[in-house]
Formats: sequence, C-alpha cells, structure tokens
Amino acid sequence: MKKVSCFFCILLLMVFSGAGCREKERTVLQTASGNGSDETAYGDAIIEGTIGEPTVLIPMLAGDSASHNVAGMIFNGLVKYDTDLSVIGDLAESWDISPDGLVITFHLRKGVKWADGVEFTSDDVMFGYKTIIDEKTPTAYKEDFLQVKKAETPDKHTFKVTYERPFAPALTSWGGLVVLPRHLLEGKDITKTEFARKPVGLGPYALTKWAQGQELALDSYKGYFEGRPYIDRYIYRVIPDPATMFLELQAGGIDMMGLTPIQYTKQTENDFFRNNFQKFRYPVFAYTHMAFNLKHPWFKDKRVRKAIAYAIDKNEIVDVVLFGLGSPATGPYVPNTWPYNPNVEKYGYNPEKAKQLLKEAGWLDTDGDGILEKDGRPFSFTILTNMGNNLRKNTATIIQWRLAKIGIRVEIKALEWSTFVNEFIDKRRFEAVLLGWSIGLDPDQYDIWHSSKTKEKEFNFISYSNPEVDELLDKGRRTFALEERKKAYFRIQEILADEVPYIFLYVPDATPIVHARFKGIKPSPIGISYNLPKWYVPKKLQRHSMEQ
Amino acid sequence: MPVYLIKRIFEMIPTLFGITLITFFIIHLAPGKPSDIFSELNPKITPEAREKLEKYYGLDKPIMVQYGLWLKKVVRLDFGESFSSDRRPVMQKIWDRKKPLLERRLFVTFMINIISVVIILLIAIPIGISSAVRRNSLFDKITTTTVFVGFAMPSFWLALLLMMFFGVYLHWLPISQLKSMNFDSLSFSGKILDVARHLVLPLFVSAFGGIAGDSRFMRSSMLEVIRQDFVTVARAKGLPEHLVIYRHALRNALLPLVTLIGLSVPGLIGGSVIFENIFGIPGMGQLFYMAVMTRDYPLVMCILTIGSMLTLIGNLLADIGYMIADPRIRAR
Repeated sequence: MKKVSCFFCILLLMVFSGAGCREKERTVLQTASGNGSDETAYGDAIIEGTIGEPTVLIPMLAGDSASHNVAGMIFNGLVKYDTDLSVIGDLAESWDISPDGLVITFHLRKGVKWADGVEFTSDDVMFGYKTIIDEKTPTAYKEDFLQVKKAETPDKHTFKVTYERPFAPALTSWGGLVVLPRHLLEGKDITKTEFARKPVGLGPYALTKWAQGQELALDSYKGYFEGRPYIDRYIYRVIPDPATMFLELQAGGIDMMGLTPIQYTKQTENDFFRNNFQKFRYPVFAYTHMAFNLKHPWFKDKRVRKAIAYAIDKNEIVDVVLFGLGSPATGPYVPNTWPYNPNVEKYGYNPEKAKQLLKEAGWLDTDGDGILEKDGRPFSFTILTNMGNNLRKNTATIIQWRLAKIGIRVEIKALEWSTFVNEFIDKRRFEAVLLGWSIGLDPDQYDIWHSSKTKEKEFNFISYSNPEVDELLDKGRRTFALEERKKAYFRIQEILADEVPYIFLYVPDATPIVHARFKGIKPSPIGISYNLPKWYVPKKLQRHSMEQ
Repeated sequence: MPVYLIKRIFEMIPTLFGITLITFFIIHLAPGKPSDIFSELNPKITPEAREKLEKYYGLDKPIMVQYGLWLKKVVRLDFGESFSSDRRPVMQKIWDRKKPLLERRLFVTFMINIISVVIILLIAIPIGISSAVRRNSLFDKITTTTVFVGFAMPSFWLALLLMMFFGVYLHWLPISQLKSMNFDSLSFSGKILDVARHLVLPLFVSAFGGIAGDSRFMRSSMLEVIRQDFVTVARAKGLPEHLVIYRHALRNALLPLVTLIGLSVPGLIGGSVIFENIFGIPGMGQLFYMAVMTRDYPLVMCILTIGSMLTLIGNLLADIGYMIADPRIRAR
C-alpha cells in the first residue's frame, strides 16, 4: 500500500507545479479582452489547430489539405483570385492574352527574392512547369499543364505559354503549383529531396521548425515582396481529435480553428467566447446533392426526378442538419459568385405538385398501402452515401421521411468511402447517391457534366447527357471573355434546373473562429485567410514575444 | 531450459511469417488504394494518370509478387518507403535517428506504455490483495464498484471529461500533445517537468482500465491462494498474518498475472491508437491510424510487424518469467 500513496504524492506534485502557469494564462486572457489602441504593430504569433499533419510541402506533390494550407503560406503563384473572384496578379505583375486566346504572356515582378536571397526569375516558373509535366513526377495536377503546347522564357521576367486550343481555366492553373526554386532543385529527384520537408519559398512565411506529429512553426519572411507580414510567427498545431481541439481553444492553446455547426451555434454562444473570440461565416466552395442514376428506368423520367425535387424541403435540411449555417443550392455554383444564376427554377417545397407529377408519370397507390406502384412494382429505392459523414446521413434521413409522405419508400445505406467509390460509384451500382462536390474557383465543370466523361472512374457517373450542355461546356472553357462564359454557365444552370439530374441540396458555410486580439481580418467570398500577412495584433494585446 | 528457450525462439519465426502473410493480404483486400487520396473523385485526374500513379506505387503487380518483394526487403530489415506523398523511409517515420528521443514515435509509445504498465501493477496489485484479504469489507465493496465503473467507462469520454476539468476549467494541466511550445527554451529539469505534466492525463486514462481489470484478477487469484492448505499451515505455524500474505500467498498469486502482462501487449498497442489520437500524442498509434486511413501499406505493415514482434517477445518473456517464478514449471 505504501507504493500507492507514493504515486499519489507524485501526482499531487505535478498538479501543484501546474498551478503557477494557470495564473499567467488567466491574466493574458484578461488583457486580450481589454481595450487597447488598434494601431498596427509587428509581433505576436498565431496558432492554428489542424486535424491532419502535412506530409509534403511541395504543392504539386501534396494530396491533402493540410499540406496545401502550409505550402500556400510558403509559396506563391503567378496569379491569384481577388476577393470578388476575379483573377489578379501575384508573382506576375500583369499578363497578356493573344486575341485568339492561344498565347498567355506573363510579365513577372522584378526584384522578388527567394528566402535564401536568390532572385526569382522566369527560369523558376519554367523549371516548375517542366517538373509537373515530367513522367516521373507523381502529381494529381498534371492535366491542366498537358494542354500547353509550348512554354518559353524570352527573358528573365517574361514567361510565355502557347496552347493548342483556347483554354479558359489555363490562366488560373498558373496559381500556386508551379513556382519552384530552380537553383535548389535542379537535377534532384523531387520525390526524395529534403526540400519537401525543409522548403525554401518566397511567400509571406518560411518554415523554421517541424516537430513531427506536434507542430510546424513558420516565421514571417521579412523580405516578402508585398511587405513584411505583421504577425511574426504562424504555428500549426496537430491535434487529430476535433473535440480536443475545441478544448484547446478554450484553454488558450490555439487561436484559430474551424467550428462545427453545433459549436458555432450553441457551444460558443456565451460571454467567454463573445469577449475573447471573433467568429466568421462564409459559403464554402462546395455543395451537397442527391444524384440519380439516369440509366435506372424510373429515374429516366424527368417528371419523377422533378417530383422528388418538389417533395424535398431544402430549407428544412439547412435548418436541421446545418443549424442554419448554409444556404439551399439551386445549381452547381455558390450563390453570389459570378457564374451563379439566381433566376432558375428553385423547387420550393410542394408535395402536392410532387404527387401530381408522379401521377402523370404513372405512379399510383393502387393497393392503398401508402406506397406508390407502377406496373405492380412499389416505388422503393436506396440512397447510398459514405460512412462517417453525419451531415450527409442526417440529410438522407430527412429526405427519407419527406419522400415517405408522398408514397416513396427510401432505404439509406452508408458505406466506407473506398468501397463506396470502387464498388458502387465506379460500377454504377446505385439508384441514388448523396454526395458532395468541392468546386474550384473556376466555373469549368466539364468533367462532371460532359457526356464524354461517363466511363468508369470518370466523374459523370450518373450518365448525364445533353448535347446543348456539352456544347456550352466546351464554349465556356474555350473563351476568356467573362461575359461569354457567364452566358454559357447561366444557360447550363437553367438546363440543369429543368432536367434535375442532381437535386442540388445545400451549400454549407465555413465557420472559422479567431482570437479577438487579431485585427485586420476582412471576410470575403473567398474566406478570411487570403490577407493573412495583413493581420496584426496591437502592441498592448500581444501575447507571445519572439526571442530568438 | 536453454534448449527450451532456443526452441521457443525458433518457433517464433514461422509464426511471425504467418502473421505478416495474413495481414498483408487482409490489408490489400480492404477496398481502396494508396493512390486514391489523389485520384478519388478528383476531376483533374485522367485514367492514364491514375494508372501511372498505381505503377509508381507498384500496385499493378499481382499481390503474391508484391508480398514477395516486400518480404525480400524486410528480411534485410528494410521496410521500404511510405506511400504518403513525402516518400520517406518507413523506419525513419517510426524511429528517426536524427531527432531527439521524444520525437521518435516508437519511443514515445513505448515509454507511455511501460510507465502505464508499471502504474497499473503498482496500484492494481495492492488493491487486489487488500480486497481479497478484507473480502466483503467496505473497502472491498468500494473498490469493486469503482472497478466496474472503470470497466464500463469509455476511455475517450473519460479523457474528454478530464481535459475539460483539469485543462479548461482549472487550467492545471495541458490538454494535448507531449510538450509545450516553449519546450526548447526550458532547462533540463523544466523539460522533464513539462513532459510529466503533459503525461498525467494520458497515463491516467491509459492506466485506468488496466487497473480495473488487473486488480480484479489479482483479487480472485489471491482469494484462491489463501484458501489453500499451505496458507492454513503457515497460519497454524503461528506466522504473523503479513508474512503469510506477503511472503507465502503473494508469490503464488502473482503467477497468473505474469502471463496476463505478457498477453496485454496487443491490447496496449490498440489502446495507444485511441488515446494518442485524443491527446494528440505523436506516437506510433497515431501514425498507424493515419496510415490505415490513407492505405499507406508499407507503413501499416511495418507497424503491424513491429507490433506482432513485440507481442511474441512479450509472450516469451512471460514464459521465462513464469519459469523463474514457479519451480514446478522449471522442473518440466
């Protein structure tokens, strides 16, 4: 028994030694909520919680979002999206597009230096381009660059690419993937180099420390071409469990994280969070939908698809599943962005119309059991979705309940992701699926809707085919003129709304939370972190000091 | 005895071989491929690019060939390169020689499990003895109840409650990870204290269930022993009660526990996966979880091989311990 009491002594000791720190942290939280002058100042650190650890910091090799987030701080591209989704220069000062849309000439900024002091030139872009199209580079982002017929560097600050055919998404493909320091990487095997874990970039931050499984620390790059970032240090802490991360936020261990709907609407609605944090909300570039297998005899009939659309209350799904943190979707684009067409059929909840349409299509409850029949077969189908995504499962459950009301029986089956994709989507073994698409900022969705993309492993897995849509998709990606593109994508949305190959359900909101001491955050349609180098903490509120 | 030992060690080799064969096949049977992380539902990837990725990972060959290639390397103690996009050697991920001990995943997991086993034994054995000796006393009843609560409590839930109370409400203990962010600037004793403070909650959670189980086991084993004749003889001789219990009964009662510890290795590794994820501890369990999720075959295989090796060694050590402790076994 003696040993037992001994152990408790140790435990008590540890606890007491912890008490000292507690005082300190409390006072820090106090000053954070106090009023200080809001002048910009250098210094302090921001700590973001991340669920996954980055694997590789060369953007073209990375497949996970954690890697892209961190690499995005270290590397810049030639162009980037402005807050209104127009394309503006980043490392390229300006660019010209030839009248036939085949040649893009980028004029690069002069005097930009890599973090090791070497000047950035068009050779670095050329090197990145050659690396990404290299046979031996295992990258998922090759496709856009294989369209390039010819790339040239007429001088140190000019980079010129020629395409076979005009290709509108081409411009933004020169975003963040292909600028790599040639002087450090030339002649090396990019998959094996140390560079992937000790990158040298030219972005606002530079990696200084990577403690495996724990954290990555990035220090501000004082020579950043848009000016030294105000916040001296950016730290990513790897915390795999979301519940733990939320507790860390409350304990002061992290400054910034993404909240779940319930955390946003309930758990952070108290004085502690109101005083110490700021919450943001903006639509994610993604939508959730229910897709029909258009090869299925029942779903071939447009009236049936329309009826189901009328029978589902999208607002109800947003309110119940997302706690109101989202908006009903009407097409494959995010509301309030330039390709989004607000004037399409929205399919408000209308069960009577749904029943009417089903009746026209020959579906009647002949035996009085509450379920519709046609040719003696009851209307019963299965919605497949992937396991582990509760939002989708809850959405499916609501749909199941709503469709039961108009006499359609729905089963829900949740499958493990790989099984779901390999065995059901790829083999077309489904009646309806509930899935989501993340959409790029460019409106080109050729791969999802074009009738040529229906082979196994391709993304038009519902076998959608409409010659007019095919033509418009092609037109949309072959011109750089915004008005022309807009017209094409508006028309596509009209057709999709009329034909209902998908029922577009909702666009979820991103809901990040940031500690209140950070100022200068300007929410926009592309989120909050686009102007991170301009965030700052007024001198009085700074919590961490960097002693080197 | 040496002959027996050598025989046992040689028996381990085919067992290990069998384990790797079965796990290799099961893992490859699970749907999905390592290249999926790039290619699943990514509209930017063409079928040709997908094939190239699969070829790059060597997944285009028949599974028997893949196993053969893997085995050929492993015999030379080369576990290959990870399939994740950093392409680092698997061994480096688990045991990076260039990093301090606390950043080597295998070390972290090993350290926590050993401390946890020690704590379990230090607490479970006395509790087990006391409740056996004072059977049906108030102490026995309280520990029995506590133990069943401990059994029933899901460890992740307990972990969250403790974090909330000690980390958020009281601010006494750090919530997650193994060290503070200013760790590098601390003195040596400061570093030890820092790690110790981070370890309090994970150790408590990982030991809690073990204490519950092992103390029950100890209790029943002790009860059985003190009912035997030689204990009655010892008492009849007039030996003081504490000598009867601690010298004569305890040694016999401990025997089954030795086997139990040897067998608990796989459970500990499994437990590590859970608490390392909750507490954000950079150990092997966390790595294993990520590896399975991304179908990183070489990494999964390496961790499983190390795990099964440890289990086999644990069994062997238990047998040896048993022989040392029990003359009846040694005689055979």
